[in-house]
Amino acid sequence: MVETGHFALVLAFALSLVQMLVPLVGARTGNQRLMAVGGPVTVTGFALTALSFAALASAYAGSDFSVASVWENSHSLQPMIYKITGTWGNHEGSMLLWVLILTFFGALVAVFGNNLPSTLKANVLAVQGMIGAAFFLFILATSNPFVRLNPAPIEGRDLNPILQDLGLAIHPPMLYLGYVGFSICFSFSVAALIEGRIDASWARWVRPWTLVAWMFLTGGIAMGSYWAYYELGWGGFWFWDPVENASFMPWLAGTALLHSAIVMEKRSALKIWTLLLAILTFSLSLLGTFLVRSGVLTSVHAFATDPARGVFILCILTLFIGGSLALFALRASRLTAGGLFHPISREGALVLNNLFLTTATATVLVGTLYPLALEALTGGKISVGAPFFDLTFGPLMLPLLAIVPFGPLLAWKRGDVIAASQRLMAAFAVAIAAMLVTGLFIDGASVFAALGVGLAVWLVVGALTDLAVKSGFGSVAPAIMLRRFAGLPRSVFGTALAHLGLGLTLLGIVGTLCFGTEKILSMHPGETVDLSGHTLRFEGLSPRKGPNFTEDRGRFLLMGADGNADGAITSAKRFYPVRQTVTTESGIRTIGLSQLYLSLGDENNDGSVVVRLWWKPLVTLIWGGGLVMMAGAAMSLLDRRLRVGAPAKRRKPAAALATPT
Amino acid sequence: MTRKQKRLSVIVAGLAFLGAAAGLTFYALGQKASYFYMPADLATASVPPGQRIRLGGLVEKGTIVRGQGATVAFSVTDKQKSVKVTYTGILPDLFREDQGVITEGAFGPDGVFVADSVLAKHDERYMPKEVADGLKAKGVWQESTN
Repeated sequence: MVETGHFALVLAFALSLVQMLVPLVGARTGNQRLMAVGGPVTVTGFALTALSFAALASAYAGSDFSVASVWENSHSLQPMIYKITGTWGNHEGSMLLWVLILTFFGALVAVFGNNLPSTLKANVLAVQGMIGAAFFLFILATSNPFVRLNPAPIEGRDLNPILQDLGLAIHPPMLYLGYVGFSICFSFSVAALIEGRIDASWARWVRPWTLVAWMFLTGGIAMGSYWAYYELGWGGFWFWDPVENASFMPWLAGTALLHSAIVMEKRSALKIWTLLLAILTFSLSLLGTFLVRSGVLTSVHAFATDPARGVFILCILTLFIGGSLALFALRASRLTAGGLFHPISREGALVLNNLFLTTATATVLVGTLYPLALEALTGGKISVGAPFFDLTFGPLMLPLLAIVPFGPLLAWKRGDVIAASQRLMAAFAVAIAAMLVTGLFIDGASVFAALGVGLAVWLVVGALTDLAVKSGFGSVAPAIMLRRFAGLPRSVFGTALAHLGLGLTLLGIVGTLCFGTEKILSMHPGETVDLSGHTLRFEGLSPRKGPNFTEDRGRFLLMGADGNADGAITSAKRFYPVRQTVTTESGIRTIGLSQLYLSLGDENNDGSVVVRLWWKPLVTLIWGGGLVMMAGAAMSLLDRRLRVGAPAKRRKPAAALATPT
Repeated sequence: MTRKQKRLSVIVAGLAFLGAAAGLTFYALGQKASYFYMPADLATASVPPGQRIRLGGLVEKGTIVRGQGATVAFSVTDKQKSVKVTYTGILPDLFREDQGVITEGAFGPDGVFVADSVLAKHDERYMPKEVADGLKAKGVWQESTN
């Protein structure tokens, strides 16, 4: 089975070479038969990659320690779920997952792209083939997951205990669906540049892909953040770690792309810019892959370091980013500019959005790469953390968030800020009220906290205002309003949901950072501690044995107002003997939208235990907002206009209906 | 305003915005980035009390003292010099004697380094990259010894 997987991988590499050359030649010469080769080859390449991945997964599931990567990252005593997720909990397997998703997206274009012009489809598949070929070669040459060991070891070395968690089943696949999903936007852009032709329908094809990729990337980042929050036991949800930034940069650029593609689709403007953004977004995905996979950073993501891999990925990076930008420089001038618009208009607002988002991306890029560049050039070592990003990223985000509710209320071409402001008066009043209530009635609220709460409420109510205005609230009878509301295009709901989710995330961040409390103390069994109105009693430590670890569990009782216990929270120190590693399992209790979070420290000589407790108000909104944003993207995807595979002709009237404002 | 003037004013405003962002970024890099030092580096570099830095090295054997509550004192050494560090909080799971560690914080007026975070990010050899590079440069540690 393992050799079958290896063989399938080599075949998939060979097919990717065919995929990158034959359709391209076909498109150049106008040969339909050559172009038609692209589809079947792409689908077969995906099937082979899937077979290869299944072979590796079955080696992991069956604990076949004759495979080097299984031996290094698995253990026979691990629960089955971690044996399987361990397939991508290491460098080799995660790269295989990367190409699996790449070929999966390619196959989707091949299967559902029948309404694309044949040359565009051929070129898109060819560019996908190029990316695939580069990464297949990378895997086969430097990171082969199928290398055998002889003699085979009897027992494996265990998966990194931090990764032995359900998060590993969700976070990497989602993140990769996002990262790699942007490859389709990249391929469409490069294909358009190869053809030297681009029009509004191009944006209509690209937008669903952008939405899918963005949706999964949002989910992947949110999931990664929650995983780090509960697994690392530090109680933080975002550390501005270079590895996090690596996924955040494509998200920021992708968000800009999502917005500029709307302008291009509706107004035929910003064509060149949208194209460039699509290229940059996937370039940042590649950069992220490089940062995480090359071992230039030390983190839980850098599984093993091998200089050859770093150099190889750097070459891929240079080739694709340099190549696509060179093509852009050569061809972009051929593309015609689109419709004109007044600075104050929907287009103008979206341009402003793009200006802020790309500048913010640039600051994150500088903060992430500067320490690496400085070390390479001078040997000096610095770390750039939260203080840097608070000062650069923060000031860029605040005005952007403040103008978000205006965008959807402005008309295309020439908008009226005063009319939009009047419609937002209610939202503004609610936001001011929220600000005053926070500032005056909540103890210890700073000016920043009040402003933050006000801004979050502004975003949430602003999003709802958009829906209310578009369904004619206050100007038509309730029955008509309801009918109009139900008849609003799905993309309008999508926009409102995404902006609302952003507001919820902001509210969660402000709540946690500004109103959270924290205590560190030593506790003897039987002692109680008060934290923000909650009383916890420490019951003591008890040992327990898990499948492949032993642990000391600290049990805490949450005391209700009547003095009776109201549930228990346990936190544990786990010891994994195979890797000689200790991990902390945090104890979390969700109360409403807030959480009590505690993590166990070391035992002192006198029998007391160091305990760190946090009260984190509204913290679940941080990730809940992410889920709402995903729902917004899903809603937009359901919009008739964007339905993949719906014939182009039927879309025209629907698109006209979708723009009543 | 003519169309040309309008376009010019939009471009100027955009450039001013980018310029302000770039200025802020450079200012923040100068002010907010914390430099990494090892104990012996501190003899030559003058780090005023209160300035945030990262201090890395090995946790010196036999220096870990648990004080009141959750306060811990230990020394970070590069086998040439060592620096006293205090920290209040939970030490990372991988914190142990003779292993690499990175602490972040500032020197107090008494010359003791007050850390507000202790990192034990590391690879499988329990050695943060910065510390490993620093120790290798000083010739007191080789990869094969671990």
